[in-house]
Amino acid sequence: MTVESTAARKPRRSSKRTSAAKTPAQTPEGSGPQLVQLLTPEGERVEHPDYEIDLSADELRGLYRDMVLTRRFDAEATALQRQGELGLWASLLGQEAAQIGSGRALRDDDYVFPTYREHGVAWCRGVDPTNLLGMFRGVNHGGWDPNTNNFHLYTIVIGSQTLHATGYAMGIAKDGADSAVVAYFGDGASSQGDVAEAFTFSAVYNAPVVFFCQNNQWAISEPTEKQTRVPLYQRAQGFGFPGVRVDGNDVLACLAVTRSALERARRGEGPTLVEAFTYRMGAHTTSDDPTKYRADEERAAWEAKDPILRLRTYLEKQELADAAYFTALDEESETLGKRVRDVVRAMPDPDRLAIFDHAYADGNPLVDEERAQFAAYQASFAEEGN
Amino acid sequence: MAAEKMSIAKALNESLRKALDTDPKVLIMGEDVGKLGGVFRITDGLQKDFGEGRVIDTPLAESGIVGTAIGLALRGYRPVVEIQFDGFVFPAYDQIVTQLAKMHARALGKIKMPVVIRIPYGGGIGAVEHHSESPEALFAHVAGLKVVSPSNASDAYWMMQQAVQSDDPIIFFEPKRRYWDKGELDTESIPGPLHKAAVAREGSDLTLVAYGPMVKVCLEAAAAAQEEGKSIEVLDLRSMSPIDFDAVQTSVEKTGRLVVVHEAPVFYGSGAEIAARITERCFYHLEAPVLRVGGYHAPYPPARLEDEYLPGLDRVLDAVDRSLAY
Repeated sequence: MTVESTAARKPRRSSKRTSAAKTPAQTPEGSGPQLVQLLTPEGERVEHPDYEIDLSADELRGLYRDMVLTRRFDAEATALQRQGELGLWASLLGQEAAQIGSGRALRDDDYVFPTYREHGVAWCRGVDPTNLLGMFRGVNHGGWDPNTNNFHLYTIVIGSQTLHATGYAMGIAKDGADSAVVAYFGDGASSQGDVAEAFTFSAVYNAPVVFFCQNNQWAISEPTEKQTRVPLYQRAQGFGFPGVRVDGNDVLACLAVTRSALERARRGEGPTLVEAFTYRMGAHTTSDDPTKYRADEERAAWEAKDPILRLRTYLEKQELADAAYFTALDEESETLGKRVRDVVRAMPDPDRLAIFDHAYADGNPLVDEERAQFAAYQASFAEEGN
Repeated sequence: MAAEKMSIAKALNESLRKALDTDPKVLIMGEDVGKLGGVFRITDGLQKDFGEGRVIDTPLAESGIVGTAIGLALRGYRPVVEIQFDGFVFPAYDQIVTQLAKMHARALGKIKMPVVIRIPYGGGIGAVEHHSESPEALFAHVAGLKVVSPSNASDAYWMMQQAVQSDDPIIFFEPKRRYWDKGELDTESIPGPLHKAAVAREGSDLTLVAYGPMVKVCLEAAAAAQEEGKSIEVLDLRSMSPIDFDAVQTSVEKTGRLVVVHEAPVFYGSGAEIAARITERCFYHLEAPVLRVGGYHAPYPPARLEDEYLPGLDRVLDAVDRSLAY
C-alpha cells in the first residue's frame, strides 16, 4: 500500500522516472524462502538447508513448558493490572516462541540486554518472574541484580540498550572470553539512531553481539511500514554483517537461528541481526487500545500461527507428550499464577527514604542534606501523633 | 616527578597516562583520540604507548560512544570518554541522562557506572558554532551525575585522577581556552577531595565565586580591585555538582558580599543555585543581594562577538562596584 501511494504521488515526467517509481520497494513480508521455519503453523516439521535442529523429547517438552508458563505469567500480570495491582503491563502474548527460542539458545555466561517486554527471556535466564513486576507496580525501577542472571534491567527508552549490549560485547572481546551478548529490541526501536549506532560500533569492533529484533508488526499504533521501507533483517548487510529473518512464532527456528548467531559471535566473527517475524497479539501495553488502529482480521490471521498451539500439535502428533503431561502442566500454570498473584499483592511499598537511596555510589552531600530534611519532615508528623 | 611548571593540557595528558598505567581496566574512547591525540592533543601519544585496545578511536557517533562506554562499564571497565566539543555532547545527552545517570539507582546499587566524560567547554578561542558552549547546568541538574571543572594544571591532573577512580559518572568539563595556561604541578602532593572548593585568593570585602575558565578572570579582577583598595576573595568552586556550599558560606560570612561569575547563561544557571542557597544560609550576613555575571539568554554568538558575550574584567568589576554600593 505504501508502494502504491508513493508511486501515485510521483510526478510522471518521463518514462524513465515512471519506471523508477514503479520499481517495487522491498516491503516487509513474512513468508517465502527468506523466512527460516522449522515447524509450520500446522505443527509439521520442515527442514532448512542452513539451520538444523535435533532435540530430544525432553527438550521439546521443555520448550513447550517454558512457553505455556510464560503465557500464564503474562496473563496473570495483565489481570493484575486490570485489578489495579499493577500500574501498567507490557504483554508478550504471541511472542513466546521468539523469546523462549532465543532465550534457550543462551549459555549461562552470555549476557542479555532486554527492552521491557522480555518476560520469556527473563524466565529462561532464571529471573524470578515476580521480580519483573516491581517496576510495573511502581515499587522500583528493576528488582533484580543484573549480574546474578546476566540479565540486564529492562530499558524503557527504546533502543538504548543495544549500545550497552555492544559495549558489553566489546568488553567480552577485550577479556578474551568466548561468551556472547544478545540485545533485544523491537521494530519501532529499529528507527532509533542508537540502534544504527550499535550496528556501526558492533561491526567496526567485531563485537560478539546478536541483535534480536522482535518485529511484532506494531510499534504502539504504528505499523512496520512506518518504520522501514526494507525488510528489517536486510539492514544488517549495509553495516557489514549478516541478517536473517526467522519465523518468530516457531520456537525451533528461533532456537536454531539464535544458536547459530551466538556460535558465530563466539568464533569471533562478529554481530548478527536476527529479525523474528512475529505478532503482538495484545496491546502494546495495558494503556492502549489496539482496536483503534488494527483490524480484527489481522489478529485472527496471526492467531492461526500461534506459537504454543503449533508445538502442541507437533508433540501430540509425534506422541511426545500425553494427556497426563498436559494436565500436569495446566496445574503447574495455575500454581504459578497464584504465586504471582500472592507475591504482587503482598509486595510492600518501599520505605519513603528510598527516594534517596543509590542516587550516587560515592555519596553526595546534597543528597544527604535533602534526605535528612525529608526524614525530619516525616518525623514531625509522628511527633504530632498523626 | 616532583613539582614543575606545566600546561593544563599537558597535565591532563600526564594524568590520563597515569590512569592507564595504574589500572588496566581504564580505557580512553572518543573521536580522533588515537593517532591524532585528540583535536586538542590531550590524549597525545597515549595510543602509541598503550595500544588501540586501550585508547580507542571510535566512529563519529556520540550516543554510540557513551552508550558503549556504559556497556564496557557494566563489564568492569572504567572508560574515560572524550566528547570533542561542548556542543557535540547533545547527541549523547539521552544516553547520559536517561541511562548513565540512573543506572546505579535503577539497579538498587547493585551496579556501578565508573565513566568519565571529558568535554572541552567554553568560549574564548574564536571557534565556529557549537564549539564554545557552557552546558554545565544541564548536567548538574541531573541526579546521578557529578560535574567538575578544573581551573589550573594541578587540579587538572589530580581531579582527573579522582574522577577516574570514582564509581559515579563524572562530567569533566575542561576549560579549553585555558589548556595552554601553565601552572605549578606537584604530582606527588596529596590532593584535597574532588568536590571541595578552594580559596584561590584571600580577601575581606567581597567574594567572587567562579570555576573553570572564569577563575583566572576573577583573579585578575581581584588584583585590579586591590589597586583601588578593595579586598576581594576568589573562591574556585572546582565542582558544580555537588557544590561545596559550606566553603561559599564561610567566605560570605567573612565578606558579606557575593558575586557569582560563569560563562554559561545566567538564566537558570549555577549562579542562580548558588545565589538562592547562600541567601538562605547567609541572609543575615549579606550586605547586598547576590549578583551574577555570565552569558546572555541568547544563542552563543559568532566569534567576533564572543568578547561581548563572555564575562570579562570590566563586567566583573562592574558587578563588584554594584555590590559594594549597597
